[in-house]
Amino acid sequence: MDKNTLNDIKNDTLNSVSFSSPKTHKKEVRRVLRNCDVIDALSITEYIARDGYFALYQVLKSYKPQGVIEIISSSGLRGRGGGGFPTGLKWNFAYQNESENKYIICNADEGDPGAFMDRSILEKDPHSVIEGMIIAGYAVGANMGYVYIRAEYPVAAKNLQIAIDSAKDNKILGKNIFESNFDFDVEIRLGAGAFVCGEETALIASIEGKRGMPNIKPPYPAKNGLFKSPTIINNVETLANVPQIILNGADWFREVGTDDSPGTKVFALAGKIKNGGLIEVPMGITLGEIIDDIGGGVFNNRRFKAALTGGPSGGCLTYKHVNEKIDFDNLTLLGSMMGSGGMIVLDDTDCMVDIAWFYLDFTVDESCGKCTPCREGTKRMYGILDKITKGDGTLYDLEKLERLAYTVKNTSLCGLGKTAPNPVLSTIKNFRDEYISHIENLRCESGVCYNLCYYFVNSDCTGCTKCARNCPVSCISGDVRELHVIDQESCIKCGACLRVCPAGAIEVR
Amino acid sequence: MAKVSKDEISYLDEIVRKHSTKPGPLMPVLHDVQKTFGCVSYEAQKYLSKKLNISCSEIYSVITFYSQFSVKPRGKYSIGVCMGTACYVKGSQRILDKVFSLLNVGIGETTPDGLFTIAPTRCLGDCSKAPALMIGDEVYSNLSVDSVEDIIDKYR
Repeated sequence: MDKNTLNDIKNDTLNSVSFSSPKTHKKEVRRVLRNCDVIDALSITEYIARDGYFALYQVLKSYKPQGVIEIISSSGLRGRGGGGFPTGLKWNFAYQNESENKYIICNADEGDPGAFMDRSILEKDPHSVIEGMIIAGYAVGANMGYVYIRAEYPVAAKNLQIAIDSAKDNKILGKNIFESNFDFDVEIRLGAGAFVCGEETALIASIEGKRGMPNIKPPYPAKNGLFKSPTIINNVETLANVPQIILNGADWFREVGTDDSPGTKVFALAGKIKNGGLIEVPMGITLGEIIDDIGGGVFNNRRFKAALTGGPSGGCLTYKHVNEKIDFDNLTLLGSMMGSGGMIVLDDTDCMVDIAWFYLDFTVDESCGKCTPCREGTKRMYGILDKITKGDGTLYDLEKLERLAYTVKNTSLCGLGKTAPNPVLSTIKNFRDEYISHIENLRCESGVCYNLCYYFVNSDCTGCTKCARNCPVSCISGDVRELHVIDQESCIKCGACLRVCPAGAIEVR
Repeated sequence: MAKVSKDEISYLDEIVRKHSTKPGPLMPVLHDVQKTFGCVSYEAQKYLSKKLNISCSEIYSVITFYSQFSVKPRGKYSIGVCMGTACYVKGSQRILDKVFSLLNVGIGETTPDGLFTIAPTRCLGDCSKAPALMIGDEVYSNLSVDSVEDIIDKYR
């Protein structure tokens, strides 16, 4: 295949297919998602029609590997998986380490609960990731690539396999790509349900067929990685950015975003938000713009309480932060983290202590058990949070919790343990009063923690008696057309009244 | 301890043949065995150990590390109620409780008729349509507590 063939395919397809542009908010900038819901994901010709594989052709025909690395470096592209490490720098390390074999791994082990960016890209535009991988392979001198994808994403794996096969049929993948003497092959490896495998060294262990446990760095994978060879591990979104940067240049990439975090970022907006879904925004956009303008505000017009970013490694942003810029460094400064891009919006019916408990439950479960601070420390932290949510906590527990959090953060082996205390620290920092209320007043104001909330009838009560008739312990009293009252001593908090009340007069506080 | 039957051996051989040339073949092999038999039994582990030249203890250690593999057989359908953050804040605990009460088994357990296993599930990546659950390969989203029974009944 040569450039003329690519052009022919492009023109033929453009003549026969008309692409519709999806509805996006005016503050969005679609680069990584440019093909999502536009092209048929399984059609390589439609991808080529949208300038697909032209970047690869350009790279193989007219660039030296150093040239590619220079472009990526000067674009300032940073790893979209969470850490934000400069991609060009990473590639340069692997390029300089001479070895017979080198590998490119695409990290599609999107374990962060509440994030689905990578899944969507792989399902809807798999060729962009393959193209990014081949370009990365050429730049660092690797001939083999693996995509490590979660087993929970069967459709993404299937679509990607179809894309790999059709790229091979068109001789874009395999031996002697575009008659350039460069060979590259891609293989899918399925994860098996372990969050820690998103960590680079654990991911490598998993592909090698071992327990997915992390190792001490250095040596970094760029020097000594998969099968003891230099290995580059890039996130799906990072790789999907690469062809665009090659085609349009580093300066184009820097047109949006901030100086230190150029380009765009895809977020998975979910939770109590009116318009949830995938959005792609310029780095440096404010939290308020994302939630109010693009997301349309909080669901059911309730009060915005917090946005969780970075999943179990991140923290929360509150109404105080609505004018803060969203980029790698600023989020870390605010005690949260970019993470892979999950953003969960919470309203006033969500309890922050419960959220911290929820994330700790997750990390306790997913800790691989190799290092003591993470294995034991997260479990003890979980125990303390459990006590607090049940109403058995003391102020000394809170102090202990904070101290333990810093110990786990500073002494754990890998990223999972180092960041596991973040949700706890961040919720304590921003919502200390809620913790105090759980401990001192034995109240969960949001009505989430079962032991610490109570049912009340408010003034909206019409006196229909429905609640009293449905209460299994007959603890609601009141005459017809009169305000009803719940006897707190006898109430078993079953929620029957809440479900039957036609006036919405039952409150949980 | 029972031996692996001839039929099973031919399946296992086929799976090993498919993957043995790959570097790091264990994970793909285990995935296929789990998919074919619904578990990786001790007998299968022993057989694979010889074929792949990987010690039994290493294979066992890998199986028990990952939640997708199991030593005991799982039900025909695996039910996973998404417990990701978005689903959690939208009430997936209530959905899970409903599934518990409908099937009368807990997490990781299989119903006596061998039809369903409740699998511990973190995130199905369907966060914008939370809460969600997955039965087999099928994802159901925007759930309410009342809709769960009808969905499960479809598989009975």
